[in-house]
Amino acid sequence: MKKVYTRPKTMKEAHFHYCPGCGHGIINRLLMEVVDEMGLRESAICVAPAGCGMLVYNYFDIDTLESAHGRGAAVATGIKRVRPDNLVFSYQGDGDLAAIGTAEGFHAANRGEPITVVFVNNGVYGMTGGQMAPTTLTEQVTTTTPNGRNPILAGHPVRICEVFSMLDGTAYLERVTVNKPAAVIKAKKAIKKAFQCQLDGKGFSLVEILSPCPTNWKMGPVEACRWIDEVMTKQFPLGLVKEVS
Amino acid sequence: MSGNAALGEAAILSGCSCYFGYPITPQNELTEYMAKRMGELGRVFIQSESEIAAINMVLGASVAGARAMTSSSSPGMSLKQEGISYLAADELPAVVVDMVRGGPGMGNISPAQSDYLQATRGGGHGDYKTIVLAPGSVQELTEVVPLAFDLADQYRNPVVILGDGMLGQMMEPVSFDNIKPPKEYPKDYTLTGAKGRPSRMVRSLLFDTKEEEEHNWKLVRKYQRMEQNEVRYETFLTDDAEMIVIAYGIGARIVKGAIKRLRQENMKVGMVRPITVWPFPAAILQELAKTVHDFFVFEMSAGQMIEDVRLALAGKGRIHFYGRPGGIIPTPVELYRIIGRHYYMAARRKEQ
Repeated sequence: MKKVYTRPKTMKEAHFHYCPGCGHGIINRLLMEVVDEMGLRESAICVAPAGCGMLVYNYFDIDTLESAHGRGAAVATGIKRVRPDNLVFSYQGDGDLAAIGTAEGFHAANRGEPITVVFVNNGVYGMTGGQMAPTTLTEQVTTTTPNGRNPILAGHPVRICEVFSMLDGTAYLERVTVNKPAAVIKAKKAIKKAFQCQLDGKGFSLVEILSPCPTNWKMGPVEACRWIDEVMTKQFPLGLVKEVS
Repeated sequence: MSGNAALGEAAILSGCSCYFGYPITPQNELTEYMAKRMGELGRVFIQSESEIAAINMVLGASVAGARAMTSSSSPGMSLKQEGISYLAADELPAVVVDMVRGGPGMGNISPAQSDYLQATRGGGHGDYKTIVLAPGSVQELTEVVPLAFDLADQYRNPVVILGDGMLGQMMEPVSFDNIKPPKEYPKDYTLTGAKGRPSRMVRSLLFDTKEEEEHNWKLVRKYQRMEQNEVRYETFLTDDAEMIVIAYGIGARIVKGAIKRLRQENMKVGMVRPITVWPFPAAILQELAKTVHDFFVFEMSAGQMIEDVRLALAGKGRIHFYGRPGGIIPTPVELYRIIGRHYYMAARRKEQ
């Protein structure tokens, strides 16, 4: 019998702690599939965030450091400067990269640090219970925007890929999602390209992944996946934002 | 050579391979020196976007196995505390320099010693400590800097060098001949890519409260070893002293000048100068308290180290205090007058 689906070799035998319908599990798996396929298990160093993604070191069988909230790109910079031959990537959420760690992400990108940021955008602070994130959509209800995000008081959803695309140090920026099989395949290709971009020393690479958070969106998993297509991608259009040849 | 530049050269000779810094007066000469020299040597230099980024770059470089350093001054040190707490929790070595200036808030750019409590009590969140070295001259930096890197590696803990604006800015002749090539320390915790070995993780998140408590006790045991083995201090004319001044860093240097004058007038004043302000040299003060009644604390602050002196003496003797906060540098003559007055009053009290 032909085996068509199996656990990536670089994935530890552990159960995900993620909520049902959450995108993190798919993204974790994609990353380790790519690490396996590119033969990077012995090279990869991951910088884990604070937030729902912080426990990736329970699943990734690669060297992993847990950084302080928002500091992933600075920590990854330190690692990469010491070990330029390793694949160094940070795994960061929207609060992490687009709020508390904007400076670290922005300047690592501007310096063209050859690191990869895997940016999981689910529009809320997941682990702390669904508060407004910088990427929360206008009028979206969260626990800290009970009447919906009012841009006059709470600002507008931040498009990180577009902001970073203005920086000369960025080499590859793409926004993908994981809400259906075809999108998952595209997301995997983007991760692969980002890693390759780093290995080729082209500069800073980032893959923004729109990820469902049914628990904090107060939706069923199917409805959450549909909401990404119907609502979220209007603010955060999918596709390649920048690629330096 | 300026203290800041000498510190940079001492770090380079001690095997510092990565430096990350953000401009702030009065330590800019150090960052500028590192920019030039690290580039020449092909080592890592980054002018970071903030002190927060700098300390986190240090953390990344440290976990990757490098000898890494950052430097700042008081307001910047406040920003670095988050990262220092993580370094301590992750048990990662690093050297952090604080050239203290007047505070609180923006304060000013004059020399001060008002970050003593921040430096010696951990400074950031959580139960942790860092060894804090307080050099008193440019030449002493060449002893303290290699020591700081060695202690950081030996204990796998951040080490703070607590200077002040004066130490950083002053120019003195300096010899680096005493700095030996860096020792090798086991690096079985570093992240290098899991080549031919199981993958590693470095983290400080321990959801299990029992695990977190055990981690805390493990750190405490390490700090106890530091307290037992790493206390360093200098004594000056303590043998026949009837009054002991306790002062550190540049403050101690001014006191030394004052004591020389006091001695000329037969006032038997000596000094204990802590070189490690944490761990604090409590035992020598307890020993001296057997024969000496009067202790005089001088600080360029409103009184911070005095807490450690009180704890060390535990009610024994009498503690006198003189402080100049806000970036004021008193002259030896000023200290000579103040200490002399206290000495005279103490002698009269004894006669009564």
